[in-house]
Amino acid sequence: MPPTSAGALIDRDEPPISLYSSSRPRLRGRAGTIASTVSTIVVIGLIIALLASPSAAAFRKGFLDVHQMWIAFKGDPQKGILSVGKGFLLNLWLSIVCEIIVLILALGIAALRMTRGPVLMPFRGVAIAYTDFGRGVPVILVMLWIGFGVPSLNIPGISTQSPVVYAGFVLVFSYTAYVSEVYRAGILSVPTNQVQAARSLGLSAGTTLRRVVLPQAIRNVLPALLNDFASLQKDTAIVSTLGVAEAVHAAQIAGGVEFNYSGFTIASLLFLAVTVPLTRYTDRIMAKDRNRRLAGNGGAGAATSSP
Amino acid sequence: MTALSSNSGATEAEAEVVLSLQGVHKRFGDLEVLKGIDLTVRSREVVCLIGSSGSGKSTLLRTCNLLEPIDAGTIELLGHDLGHERIDPDAVRRHIGMVFQSYNLFPHLSVLDNVTLAPRRVLKRSKAAAELEATELLARIGLAEKAADFPDRLSGGQQQRVAIVRALAMGPSILLLDEITSALDPELVAEVLGLVEELAQQGMTMVLATHEMGFAKEVADTVCFLEEGRIIESGPPGKIFEDPDDPATRRFLQRIIEAGRL
Ligand SMILES: Nc1ncnc2c1ncn2[C@@H]1O[C@H](COP(=O)(O)OP(=O)(O)OP(=O)(O)O)[C@@H](O)[C@H]1O
Ligand SMILES: [Mg+2]
Repeated sequence: MPPTSAGALIDRDEPPISLYSSSRPRLRGRAGTIASTVSTIVVIGLIIALLASPSAAAFRKGFLDVHQMWIAFKGDPQKGILSVGKGFLLNLWLSIVCEIIVLILALGIAALRMTRGPVLMPFRGVAIAYTDFGRGVPVILVMLWIGFGVPSLNIPGISTQSPVVYAGFVLVFSYTAYVSEVYRAGILSVPTNQVQAARSLGLSAGTTLRRVVLPQAIRNVLPALLNDFASLQKDTAIVSTLGVAEAVHAAQIAGGVEFNYSGFTIASLLFLAVTVPLTRYTDRIMAKDRNRRLAGNGGAGAATSSP
Repeated sequence: MTALSSNSGATEAEAEVVLSLQGVHKRFGDLEVLKGIDLTVRSREVVCLIGSSGSGKSTLLRTCNLLEPIDAGTIELLGHDLGHERIDPDAVRRHIGMVFQSYNLFPHLSVLDNVTLAPRRVLKRSKAAAELEATELLARIGLAEKAADFPDRLSGGQQQRVAIVRALAMGPSILLLDEITSALDPELVAEVLGLVEELAQQGMTMVLATHEMGFAKEVADTVCFLEEGRIIESGPPGKIFEDPDDPATRRFLQRIIEAGRL
């Protein structure tokens, strides 16, 4: 080891460095395309072989019977089989109506939680207790509680509603708690600078919220809002516990009558047909937002200053 | 006429008082940040607030448009006592433009929408009228072609000039500028100061907190030196920068000169 000069700040006796990766270089271009095609064919072939093998016959018959799927999908009144397809329309309808109500109510709860001042203190407390409860208790528990409990109370006008109404109430109750927290996170993500700039232009508190804070807040939490909507859409299935003729309940009946569970397959395909595009859309928005932000930084640097 | 500001010319020596503060006190908890501020700003006057960090410059500006409530004293805007119980802060802020160190443009709105938001929502101008006016203002600062862009596509200097135009679009009686060049890269400072200088020449009434001593010397009618929440000394820049009376002012300027900033 060569002697380093006394008091040197830099140790010149550096170990040899390597700038090369020890693993094989990644395949690019044509070679890459061929490789991915081959691996895709192999994987698909494996899946087909598995499903087509004699030992999977029972699985094919019980879960993937196209004829049974069709019977479940359109229903058979003579056998008492409800239509999964029609049931799913109820799931869709319920999720959309609930989502709209949730988006509005949650904004109110979020605003309530963010107020200041002693007068509103008890309301704030109630709002906090509600969000804790709504997020902390399983949806199915609230569903059974309200769905079976309320009718047993014999309250005129309230205990005689249809199960769909109870189900809608429960979904709104639970999801409003989640979504209000998403809103709150979004509002908190907007810098107070923005509020000050808006107020010093003479905008009122309400206009500032509507035109400056909320647009930025919602953009920041849009992926979370869409995620919650996808969850809500799925959770409409819990309504089946109240005997409402939605997709899952219909599939259950078909399964019981025909001793074949392909109805569940068609029901899950219907759910996937909604949730997959929704989650893909969410991913797209997130990617676009990320790109915009990156482009924004680059753009600011590249922008020319005028004379 | 392509003036950026629409001040009617009161050229007499005794111009109208736009803003006046008497004995203004402000505390944050136990910390007294303003300890009795007296300040008079006349029409077309440019007042520069100088002083070290933490002396209370920003707080002083923020009390003037009621972003911070004061604990004692009075602030008058165009003869109206802002402490009056029936004062509407939103109405006050309509007449006071404020520009911040960090620009604070609205990132979700285009440059044009940034400028027209308040005229449309507060002054209830029609979209067409507000956009026409905004486009004219943007053209005056050479940014007309950026009208449709979002703020994050603009350089810092461009953003800050848009922020100034956004304040001007409300036709304010006075502009408060809080260290508007402190967040800018050095090569972008000149374009923003140039705009402020132009406004000064056109008779815009302004109060600016600044660390740009050279600029204060050039553009200010009155320079106020703040220390620990008090205006220690104020007067024309020639007096304050060349021959200050107060030893504290001299010490401050000495530090500035040593740091090579004057
Ligand atoms: N919202 C607040 N809460 C508590 N203290 C504050 C608040 N705003 C300002 N202060 C304090 O008040 C004092 C004066 O602050 P101010 O921002 O007015 O100074 P300044 O002269 O503008 O300084 P700078 O040159 O750094 O901008 C500082 O000590 C600061 O910490
Ligand atoms: Mg400051």
